[in-house]
Amino acid sequence: MELEKKDYLALYRTMVRIREFEETSRRLMLDGKLGGFLHLYSGEEAVAAGVCSELAQTDCICSTHRGHGHIIAKGGDVRKMMAELYGRDGGYSQGKSGSMHIADIAAGIIGANGIVGACIPIAVGVGFALRYKKTDAVAVAFFGDGSTNRGTFHEALNLASTWCLPVVFVCENNGFGMSTPPARATNNRFLSERAAAYNIPGVTVDGNDPVAVKEVAAEAVRRARKGEGPSLLECLTWRHHGHFIGDPALYKDPAEQALWLTPERDPIPRFAKRLLDGKVATDAELDEIKAQAAEEVRAAIAFAEASPDPSPESMFEHVYTS
Amino acid sequence: MAIMTYVDAIRDAQRQEMLRDPNVFLAGEDIALMGSSFGQTAGLYAEFGAERVWDTPISEGQIVSLGVGAAAMGLRPVLSLDFCDFLGCCFDEILNQAAKMTYMLNGQTSLPLVIRANLGGEIGAAAQHSQCLEALFTHIPGLKVVASSGPRLAKGLLAQAIRDDNPVMCFEHKGLNGMSEEVPEGEYVVPFGKAEVRREGGDVTILTWSKMLHKCLAAAATLADEGIGAEVIDLVSLCPLDMDAVLGSVCKTGRVVIAHEAVETGGFGGEIAARLADEAFDYLDAPVKRVGSPFTPVPFSSALERNYQPSEGKVVAAVKSLFA
Repeated sequence: MELEKKDYLALYRTMVRIREFEETSRRLMLDGKLGGFLHLYSGEEAVAAGVCSELAQTDCICSTHRGHGHIIAKGGDVRKMMAELYGRDGGYSQGKSGSMHIADIAAGIIGANGIVGACIPIAVGVGFALRYKKTDAVAVAFFGDGSTNRGTFHEALNLASTWCLPVVFVCENNGFGMSTPPARATNNRFLSERAAAYNIPGVTVDGNDPVAVKEVAAEAVRRARKGEGPSLLECLTWRHHGHFIGDPALYKDPAEQALWLTPERDPIPRFAKRLLDGKVATDAELDEIKAQAAEEVRAAIAFAEASPDPSPESMFEHVYTS
Repeated sequence: MAIMTYVDAIRDAQRQEMLRDPNVFLAGEDIALMGSSFGQTAGLYAEFGAERVWDTPISEGQIVSLGVGAAAMGLRPVLSLDFCDFLGCCFDEILNQAAKMTYMLNGQTSLPLVIRANLGGEIGAAAQHSQCLEALFTHIPGLKVVASSGPRLAKGLLAQAIRDDNPVMCFEHKGLNGMSEEVPEGEYVVPFGKAEVRREGGDVTILTWSKMLHKCLAAAATLADEGIGAEVIDLVSLCPLDMDAVLGSVCKTGRVVIAHEAVETGGFGGEIAARLADEAFDYLDAPVKRVGSPFTPVPFSSALERNYQPSEGKVVAAVKSLFA
């Protein structure tokens, strides 16, 4: 795929912004500033960056408990997300939903979801609505390898295929459904093989290469936009941390973990090297992107910490639409 | 007004709302070509076409999720789940997705979603096609729960459910399918949260809903012959609940029987009884009495189910026990 410099840098910037948000959030939680559960996306940034680089604002995504990366890549507001992690009034949901349920309807982020596999059929509903309204927008479902063994995955692929809906199914195979590797949960070598059962295209791609992801996403989005139906993308990647902060991930093979953390595997240093070797960008340009990302997250923390706690009565708001 | 069957009234409500709002669409198993298992959508596919009336695969989780995703995007899905027993196949989608989305998104989107499902036994359908599961859904904040006791309410409640901006569990009763009565023609809605006094009386209040209403009315007639004036209230809507109507009647009569077809244990009658103990204790002249089904699955044989279902006689006996 031939890209212009701005496209390369946009991919890099998105990945760096996600990593900065995630690693800072991790420190904040270890420092006791954040409560609840935090499922970090570190290591998987190339998937969100690559897929969302092919989406317009009017396109929609549905995400998972590990959703911060998707929200950043789709254009969510980092300040409001951080404030939500803090449980503050300035958060996306005024502290009602926390890390696992960030949504920004105006930005096409229909919501992260705390139930594994639940977002997949909801994305089909979103895709249905986009077509019902006669738009050419598409819906994207992000989900992990673990959720492909839920019935929701199969019901969703079947219906989207049968009704030829504009949906892109993006499986982030990060090596673990919580602790269980796919090899212990399914007899498929590649999860993309399952697309054949529903008569839709399925492809497995290096999920740590944002350009490779972007390339397959471009074709899947094109198909969906033109009314040719859904596709399944399996992006092979690696979750740097445990399932959540506090999970020491003792089930991981230390050698394998170390390998994935090397600059040759980690998607960000790997992509940086590619940009530098290819003379697409200079060290100074990449450093500037990192500095901007760090400043963005610093500002988000300042915004969150300056935001008050939600008022007690706000707990009772929006249970119903009146 | 026109004489309509229960099934016709359900179909008419959907038709009227589809004519009124192009964002209303129907989805569910066997609703298009077949017109639903009891004919509740007959003719709508022919009238509105494939863009508005969708036969789905047997994928209950996907059916409800289709509705959740579409409703979040501003459409008004009306989903047919057929037997309420099948709601077990899509419970996550109802309790964790539909019910919570507006709250978790802090009102960024409303969720105008209707889930139609039928309650009830007495047709020899056994344990997986005969339950009354409405109470399960009253325990979940974010859902509205209504149950119709005849054609007029079936039409008015379903039309209101379609216009409501929240997920509504709209319970029908398959045992009422053949019932006919006068129903307003054209657009007709019945607001939620308004109970209906179906028979006035000064000695005892009988609270009920859905098909059980008719047994209660028969019981009230029997009781009247014996000099006991029973006030029969059709709650119509369990969530929101018209507690004002309940308290008004109970404070007048001082005696209450709550009668529902659902299993008595954990039924919605228990919730009402608890509220009455809290809010009307000083007005009660006798213990709050419940009538419901026994704590067993619904049996198949009519010889068994005959004794399983709460009867007019059980309601009469429950009322009389309050005067002993």
